[in-house]
Amino acid sequence: MLDIDHLLNKLEADLRQIIIDRRLTQPLMIGIHTGGVWVAEAMHQRLGINEPLGLLDISFYRDDFSQIGVHPNVKPSQLPHNIEGRDIILIDDVFYTGRTIRAALNEIFDYGRPSRVVLGVLIERDGKQIPITPDCAGERMNLTATQRIKLTGPKPLHFHIENTAGHD
Amino acid sequence: MTDNLQLNSEGKLKHFLTIEGLSKTLLTEILDTAESFVGVSDQQIKKVPLLRGKTIVNLFFENSTRTRTTFELAAKRLSADVLSMSIATSSTSKGESLLDTIRNLESMFVDMFVVRHAISGAAHFIAQHTAPHISVINAGDGQHAHPTQAMLDMFTIRQIKKDFAPLRVAIIGDILHSRVARSQIQALNTLGAAEVRVIAPKTLLPAYVETLGVTVSHNLPEGLQDIDVVIMLRLQKERMSSALLPSESEYFKCFGLTESKLKIAKPDAIVMHPGPINRGVEIESKVADGPQSVILKQVSNGIAVRMAIMSMAMQPQGAF
Repeated sequence: MLDIDHLLNKLEADLRQIIIDRRLTQPLMIGIHTGGVWVAEAMHQRLGINEPLGLLDISFYRDDFSQIGVHPNVKPSQLPHNIEGRDIILIDDVFYTGRTIRAALNEIFDYGRPSRVVLGVLIERDGKQIPITPDCAGERMNLTATQRIKLTGPKPLHFHIENTAGHD
Repeated sequence: MTDNLQLNSEGKLKHFLTIEGLSKTLLTEILDTAESFVGVSDQQIKKVPLLRGKTIVNLFFENSTRTRTTFELAAKRLSADVLSMSIATSSTSKGESLLDTIRNLESMFVDMFVVRHAISGAAHFIAQHTAPHISVINAGDGQHAHPTQAMLDMFTIRQIKKDFAPLRVAIIGDILHSRVARSQIQALNTLGAAEVRVIAPKTLLPAYVETLGVTVSHNLPEGLQDIDVVIMLRLQKERMSSALLPSESEYFKCFGLTESKLKIAKPDAIVMHPGPINRGVEIESKVADGPQSVILKQVSNGIAVRMAIMSMAMQPQGAF
């Protein structure tokens, strides 16, 4: 149903357009663990970005620690050394409530003050809970409240939709 | 329910009082979590919001510089509010009992106590009697345990040596009075080190020390053979007055770590010390400041390891 190549092509084209329209200068790319990193790796290569891909694990910045606690295997974030004043392309696999992006922005800003941050995702689904919206998406779709879309990978990348019984 | 006071009904860390009774899986989880906290010190803003709104009280009934400051920094980097109390100078000296001190602090809506006390079992006692939502971390109790020190030592060893299985580790000095040594021995055995060897004069070893799971040597040059990790312990000067040792210089001659003695250990052996160092008593300056020394790395790692333990103990504990 969802053609990954088509989504990647669309996201790549949109990002190229944004780089031109907004005149991003030597943007850095950062992917959010885990699915976002897989997508970012593809975009990083396709857009020919020279500087190494930044990796972000937002576990320590989540807003639900008091409900779920700390994840056992948090991967250390690896951000480029100086993000002060830089343009950043932030990549995630699925945009849903917006909370992950809020956490990611909080973490990025703890490393420095970037000039601009652009958000690209492979899938933007409905259900956002805070006023954050991706700048570009490979696909936009509406799902029911009990449906979850998940990316598996890294090779091959594959999207599948799960039905949670509503017990959250 | 488990019968281990340190764990909650799901087997997760609730208090951190001793290494004893904790599984290899749990110790490894602490080391893995600490690994991810190391990066926080590289951030421009050295803080993560995990424990925002939580209140942590450092209760130090005994002096400490390193342990107290790294606990304080760790709590601050987790965004907790932290209060450091030196009890020697407060109400206890006016006659208030330990339990009354705890009850009063509980009334101030505290979430965690970090306890250092000269009496063995003090942290355990507080964990047993404190309100159920409060976590207790042992920052050293009498001659019993200093589990966070042992974990930061394990973290440092793993960082450099990667795997515990092939390692031969020597712990040298006053094993008898050392809470650090006891916790290190338990941690190394739980994590599966090939050998833990204690090297000390007979007067500074507990009776039946072998039952702790160690081999014993009374001769430093002999004992250092094939050793990958050399852990020196501080010699407390008061031991001399209690006639356990003839003199400092005599001790240094027999059990002090010098450059030439270190050569007996494996060429890539690392040298550790929990601090504070007595230069020229248990360790020569050339060794303490030398290329094989990881003493200051231990101090830095103390922050990440304490962040990991505090955040794990403060995890949601399910319904009460």
